[in-house]
Amino acid sequence: MVGIDDFLNCGYYHLGLVEEARRGGEEGGSDVKRYGLVVVSVLGFTELGSEGQCVGSAVCYTLWRSFDSIFLFSLLSSLLFLKMDWQGQKLAEQLMQIMLLAFAVIAFVSGYVMASFQMMILIYAGGVIFTTLLTVPNWPFFNRHPLTWLDPSEVEKHPKPQPSANVTQKKKPIKK
Amino acid sequence: MTTLILGDNYNAKMVSPGFSFSLCLNMHSFGYRANALLTFAVTILALMCAMASLTDNFNAPTPTAHVQVFNINWFQKQPNGNDEVSMTLNISADLQSLFTWNTKQVFVFLAAEYETYKNSLNQISLWDGIIPSKEHAKFWIHTSNKYRFIDQGSNLRGKEYNLTMHWHVMPKTGKMFADKIVMPGYRLPEEYR
Repeated sequence: MVGIDDFLNCGYYHLGLVEEARRGGEEGGSDVKRYGLVVVSVLGFTELGSEGQCVGSAVCYTLWRSFDSIFLFSLLSSLLFLKMDWQGQKLAEQLMQIMLLAFAVIAFVSGYVMASFQMMILIYAGGVIFTTLLTVPNWPFFNRHPLTWLDPSEVEKHPKPQPSANVTQKKKPIKK
Repeated sequence: MTTLILGDNYNAKMVSPGFSFSLCLNMHSFGYRANALLTFAVTILALMCAMASLTDNFNAPTPTAHVQVFNINWFQKQPNGNDEVSMTLNISADLQSLFTWNTKQVFVFLAAEYETYKNSLNQISLWDGIIPSKEHAKFWIHTSNKYRFIDQGSNLRGKEYNLTMHWHVMPKTGKMFADKIVMPGYRLPEEYR
């Protein structure tokens, strides 16, 4: 199982700090430094160097850490009574499709123009994360046409019609 | 008339569903959105990689290569009856035009090709290397053959052979291109040394 130490080593490796990588990373580094090293290792993930484990581990770890907070936030926002109405869901789906396509086009064109495959992947990954932040949680602007529910006290004033009452009423005009 | 009044009320307003049911509605739409987004994003990524591979077809490479046999070190017949040659080569090549934005590395190898009475084509790889980037693609190397030049039998005396430089352009995504340059006109010595 790949752990955080592998990412720290990858980060040191890509920064050229081979000695640190060989020593197995710093035990008591600050959080900022540790996350910075993970970012560096991710930036190097498209370069398949001799540190083959960088690729899979960096990708998985970044996805996990970045989606960690987004996932939690979205989950909480949907549980804590923040809702989306039907119009909002439609808007969210359309927004998601358009944004992903737009970021894909921007990423491909800029990667091709700058002759850098890595740039394309980075821009697209950033676009996916931005789209996730914008369309998955239940933001208030997705709830601009809320459903008007009937008050429970009103329900009792208007009881449901019984099927047998309708049948007898229909029969009466026919007989007459 | 009674039905009309009832119909009026029941078209205009809706009865609120149970609390737990509305929770399920939201949970379902969140998971649904997250799944839809991830699937769509990965599909588009696959399409982008396919397009990046397609752009490789627009690249018209113009590589050059030249090999000089600097010296035949020795030329012997082995105890098992096979001829063996050891030679020092000067290999110079300019493979920079092979690199595109979608190139991971270029694998290049030099092969000797000749004909015998038994086989119409014999190919022996004498040297290979990996070129990791465009900067390293223009090179000059002075080396003895990395892999042994051994024949099946003893047909190499006075043999005329071609030295062919093959390369495989390995992409970051998509299709791998392979091509070669044939350099004819090399000849092995008439007698063992």
